[in-house]
Amino acid sequence: MIEVKNIEKSFEEEGGRRQVLFGISAKFYDGKTNLIIGQSGSGKTVLVKNIVGLFKPDCGQILYDGRDITVMDRKQMKELRKEIGMLFQGSALFDSETVMGNAMFPLVMFSDMSEAEQRERAQFCIDRVNLTGSEHKYPSELSGGMQKRAAIARAIALNPRYLFCDEPNSGLDPKTSIVIDELLHDITHEFGITTIINTHDMNSVLGIGENIVFINKGHVGWIGNKDEIYNVDNDDLNNFVYATDLFRDVRKYRLVHGYQRTHSGDAK
Amino acid sequence: MFIARSLSSIGDYCMFLWRSFTVPDKWREFFKRYLNEIYKLGIDSIPLIIIVSLFIGALCTILIKLNINNPLLPRYAVGLTTREIILLEFSSSILCLILSGKIGSNIASEIGTMRVTEQIDALDIMGVNSANFLVLPKVLGLITILPFLVVICMATSLFGGYIICVFTGVIDVDTYIYGIQTMFIEWYVWFALIKSLFFAFIISTISAYFGYTVEGGSVEVGKASTNAVVLSNIMILVTDVILTKLLLV
Repeated sequence: MIEVKNIEKSFEEEGGRRQVLFGISAKFYDGKTNLIIGQSGSGKTVLVKNIVGLFKPDCGQILYDGRDITVMDRKQMKELRKEIGMLFQGSALFDSETVMGNAMFPLVMFSDMSEAEQRERAQFCIDRVNLTGSEHKYPSELSGGMQKRAAIARAIALNPRYLFCDEPNSGLDPKTSIVIDELLHDITHEFGITTIINTHDMNSVLGIGENIVFINKGHVGWIGNKDEIYNVDNDDLNNFVYATDLFRDVRKYRLVHGYQRTHSGDAK
Repeated sequence: MFIARSLSSIGDYCMFLWRSFTVPDKWREFFKRYLNEIYKLGIDSIPLIIIVSLFIGALCTILIKLNINNPLLPRYAVGLTTREIILLEFSSSILCLILSGKIGSNIASEIGTMRVTEQIDALDIMGVNSANFLVLPKVLGLITILPFLVVICMATSLFGGYIICVFTGVIDVDTYIYGIQTMFIEWYVWFALIKSLFFAFIISTISAYFGYTVEGGSVEVGKASTNAVVLSNIMILVTDVILTKLLLV
């Protein structure tokens, strides 16, 4: 489990400091898809970057199964990073490497496996994300969805305990988004990973949101799950979630008929 | 304000070098990248060096002949002066100014693109020292290969002078060959090679620094690439003056 306690973060700007996060506290559970949602500029990306250690918070604690990363030295942090996988918004695949090269990269850098074992593990990850046959393709030869899947293969290569995803569905069509959501959900449950997904895609929220943290103007606005989100008395959250007519209709329908969305995206 | 910002940038640059010059995580991966950089930054530049050097050597010979057309000066002075210009200045300083355009922009734009597409963040999150992983092979690769490129440049430039003598008869070929051999000072070759080591360090580290610290998108990568080349050129000229004073005068 990852727990953040009273995180604050501000940045130096011309004319003074600008505070982005105000005392954020939340828990992210093992084997669950934990979603951080909020409007653009609400501070969710800054929160994720604090959690993964790319930014250092001004104050507060970030506990990875009890280990506080805000007081870790470089060596301890390096060890912890081997337990972390991350999927970036733009996939961040290495352009000069093939899909196989990308999936093997963490193994080459951090494992003691032989090259054959590394290749075998990478192939397992590539197969797991349904990219079999694309091992020798370069990122520029892949579609957006395939790039995301290749990035997931790389992120899970070292069998991480924690998986972070920054806007995994950005730039993808709705159907491909569901495929990526499903994949993240399945991998999370299959390997018991603590997955944190930073998103503002409502399909993801309603589909795989097992633990949702809503960030509003740098504060925690609401915490709950996809079933509870339909009936929350929180104007900020409702303005965000039900910003479109479609989702307002979905909410009405669900409240009346008990609408449920299966994991594969089919309605019943 | 300007001074404070400059000092801050110098401090950042030093911190960047500190992070870059550490022991690699995986030596095998480092050597793979090191050899790759030698090929990419050095071997790939050989055609450009040959073309530029041939023409500069030929031009030097023609222009020197035109400007020292004096009966009091020996005819072999054309070859001798061409050689001195090439050994002392062109083969190291001018060549590195040219290469900073090619190699410097290549390094800055490659690393800058990796920064804006979050590839460097991906390395950092994996626990890889991204500065060391990306920059050290480039710096050591260029330091290794640049002296060889300087030697190629010297030979090709002198050959360019020879060709122009053969085909246009600017001066007699035997006189040119005598001129490039006479009063030869071996230290000038070492001087050029020593300078090239400094210039390789300047080009690779400044360009890498500009690329590594890019913020924004493709426009900023372009600006960083241009700034890297401009600052590299200025630093090459400043270092050239200092080294010439220290090593020759």
